[in-house]
Amino acid sequence: MPAAVETLGLTRRFGDFVAVQGLDLTIRRGEVFGLLGPNGSGKTTTIRMLTGLLPPSGGRATVVGHDVATGSERIRRAIGYMSQRYGLYDDLTVAENLRFYSSVYGVLGPTRRAVLDAHLESLGLSARRDQLAGTLSGGWKQRLALACATAHKPEMLFLDEPTAGVDPAARRAFWETIYAMARGGTTILVTTHYMDEAQRCQRLAFLSRGHLIGVGTPDEITRQFNQPTIEDVFIALQQADEARA
Amino acid sequence: MSFRERLRRWPFWPMLWKEFIQMRRDRITFGMMTVLPAVQLLLFGYAIQTDVRNLPMVVYDQSRSAESRLLAETLVNTDVFVIVGEVASDAAVRVAIERGDARAALVIPPDYARQIAQGAPATAQLIVDAADPQTAGAALSGSQLAAQARGVAILTERIGAAPVSPVDLRVRPWYNPSQRSAVFIVPGVIGILLTLTLTIITSTAIVRERERGTLEQLVVTPIDKTSLMLGKLVPFVLVGYVQMTVVLALGRLIFDVPMRGSLPLLYALTLPFILASLGVGLLVSTVARTQGQAFQLSFFFMLPNILLSGYIFPREAMPEPAQWIGLALPLTYYLEILRGIMLKGIGVLPVAGEVAALVVFAVALVAVSVRRFHKTIE
Repeated sequence: MPAAVETLGLTRRFGDFVAVQGLDLTIRRGEVFGLLGPNGSGKTTTIRMLTGLLPPSGGRATVVGHDVATGSERIRRAIGYMSQRYGLYDDLTVAENLRFYSSVYGVLGPTRRAVLDAHLESLGLSARRDQLAGTLSGGWKQRLALACATAHKPEMLFLDEPTAGVDPAARRAFWETIYAMARGGTTILVTTHYMDEAQRCQRLAFLSRGHLIGVGTPDEITRQFNQPTIEDVFIALQQADEARA
Repeated sequence: MSFRERLRRWPFWPMLWKEFIQMRRDRITFGMMTVLPAVQLLLFGYAIQTDVRNLPMVVYDQSRSAESRLLAETLVNTDVFVIVGEVASDAAVRVAIERGDARAALVIPPDYARQIAQGAPATAQLIVDAADPQTAGAALSGSQLAAQARGVAILTERIGAAPVSPVDLRVRPWYNPSQRSAVFIVPGVIGILLTLTLTIITSTAIVRERERGTLEQLVVTPIDKTSLMLGKLVPFVLVGYVQMTVVLALGRLIFDVPMRGSLPLLYALTLPFILASLGVGLLVSTVARTQGQAFQLSFFFMLPNILLSGYIFPREAMPEPAQWIGLALPLTYYLEILRGIMLKGIGVLPVAGEVAALVVFAVALVAVSVRRFHKTIE
């Protein structure tokens, strides 16, 4: 079985600015993979290229076995995507948001209702099914966004800073759900600012100013860079890289 | 996959379902559908009066005779003038016109009645505030009418029988015999209203999804851009038809605008115009980045529509370049269809060329917008 994500020299320029520079990355199936880096390091641009939102300026990438340049429609069917802005319709209810996104992914037919009800139940959203999404708090919005991104049971899930602005209890519950999905075989690529979340990932990649400066398990990385915590590694790598700039 | 199965799985359906729910919950759209047509109709129907009537006139009567009073009365009988006061000097005439109290002044010299009695040509003066040429034109034709009527009456008295004019040119005003502006304007209100609201709501609809981040979410789903765009368009077709119905009904009730042709035909021929207007909105939405920009661009598009389509001003009177611009506006063609069916009661044949033009506009605009819309978020 091919890797979930494989990139070779993946590059994206915006005019003269190079947002992502020659990225080589392999993500294995069923892995919870963290993409770390300061603001502007190229995390979101990388996710956008892998999900087909942005065409790469150079290099190659395959996602769940399809080339992003030629197979973007097949990739879209196989992945789920949750952005920092959640992409929910504030004037639709919880159940309507879920019904809309899942129908677009082709979740239809006589069993749809049962499938969606079970999905809402598993994320604890049943009691709020008729509430307008615009009136939900941050944590519930995040949970609904996750529900919408996963109702079609994607092979791979892209999460772009999914827990920004969410309280600690909701963050913990969110990660438990993510792990349950990974155990079920879903590959997960997550970007984050929170170091405790980075610690929860099976493997990590560090980006700074558009290029990869380190990759490995959290333990490997702390040992490799001889630092007590991931956060120290993060700061040290960033300072070193910026000193080279 | 069979065609039926593919049709059932077409992402257009969920898109349409979502748009209808959003429309039902959005009060602004509902207001646009009902209140806006009514307001526009009243505004344009009452305010735009190209037929000049009841011009305020002062009379400076130095003759003070039965003859001079008859002349003033004849002018009033044309409906063009209404007497708002008597003045007693040339200076007072000037003051009344300068202050805008009067748009015309009838000055009758002291020897007016005596000249008529002697059979000499009698002279009186009508001063007109001709700053507005439309007023001047109306005053001119009104005064000629009055002078002719008085002349005929005086001659009849003198020779004991009505004189026979050697040439009798009779004007028959077809379609709008009483020449009311509302009859001309109200059909146009339908066209202007559809252009305005459909362009604005379509252009802001897609840009709104972009601003809220839902477009980014949609773009990563397997939805195709045709479904996305059609799902947005179809509900607005309905909005257009509701607006049109409101204007037609109120135009009938309030302004007594006739419907001489076939109503189903009018509804059918409106579809290509609605699609063309939606196409303009879609095109705007592929250019504009914010709702504000979309609104401004749509509004910019409105100006030539109001001025150059023949909505108020006849296109025949415009310089040629302005006429060419008018030919590039779908509204120009639609107005011919609207007025043709409503006022002249024509069928489809006399406006076949206009219908063809609208179909071309609709297909081209929608196709170009769908092509321009990329499923990426650069």
